[in-house]
Amino acid sequence: MAPQRVEVVENILSANERLAQANRNLLDQTRTYAINFMASPGAGKTSVILRLVEALKPYYRIAGVDGDIATTLDSDRLAAMGIPAIQINTGGTCHLDAVMLQGALAKLNLEEVDVLIIENVGNLICPANFKLGNHLDILIASVPEGDDKPYKYPPMYRGVDAVVLNKIDLLPHFDFDVEYFRKGVEALNPGLAFFPLSAKTGEGLDTFIEWLREQIDAYHLD
Amino acid sequence: MHELPFVQSILAITLEHAERVGAQRVLALNLVIGEMASIVDDSVQFYWDILSKDTIAEGATLNFRRVPARFRCWDCGTEYSPDGQTLACPTCGSVRVMLVQGDEFRLESIDVE
Repeated sequence: MAPQRVEVVENILSANERLAQANRNLLDQTRTYAINFMASPGAGKTSVILRLVEALKPYYRIAGVDGDIATTLDSDRLAAMGIPAIQINTGGTCHLDAVMLQGALAKLNLEEVDVLIIENVGNLICPANFKLGNHLDILIASVPEGDDKPYKYPPMYRGVDAVVLNKIDLLPHFDFDVEYFRKGVEALNPGLAFFPLSAKTGEGLDTFIEWLREQIDAYHLD
Repeated sequence: MHELPFVQSILAITLEHAERVGAQRVLALNLVIGEMASIVDDSVQFYWDILSKDTIAEGATLNFRRVPARFRCWDCGTEYSPDGQTLACPTCGSVRVMLVQGDEFRLESIDVE
């Protein structure tokens, strides 16, 4: 064949995105509202999630999917709260992708799940690229990480539906400018929901939970 | 680590299109990568060399076209590239801005024979 150029113009992640859409269709069939939590390691994803499960459990049937490079520590904590929990060990991969979630969904009886909580791998870079098919993306930041993170990791902050700032009980001990942080977040997501809270003391948690319940209820009423 | 699944996907798309036109060999890939796409050229090249081995795309050149990030201000309409310090609008200081360019990551075309 003579040398020639073949037009492709295909998004590199289109295969993942097609699978993410399939996941979404599956979730919608069973009216399961899926929330994807992303954060850097140590931001307090699991602590925030455990608080949420505690608060939401009386109202919804909840299940959890946990992504970690290794161990079942996180899913064990969820299972200890009496909810179905699936651990995905990514075997070194730094994010969850649609294929991994598809495998986890197959292990759950989604007919009996109103809210699915997905805990992504602790990482501020890769999860942003891989759509999973969930309905809501929440990023959990924390005070010790520093207030410049939205400026340094814009792809991660861009496109999320809400940002939680955890560990505000530590604010007196850190030079963390909440307004500067918030500005960085809003630059990427005008009008974004922002919830400063402490999973440890419980401060600010009610406002966040109330907002989440509104999102979940709006989905189920739809 | 992060680039590995991307490169698997690039290879799959390449081979699919090469097969479609009955090519014997893939000479080059023309990739478009936005500044905000968190993709490192060298890392893509590294995985490409390993994964493309023993396929008709082995040894193909990877051409990267980088697209700089550009934002547009919702309030005054200015379009700009961020200076690296802040993402706020340089004209009016607003932080109500949107990314209009720079998150691309696609395979534009392949050169085959």
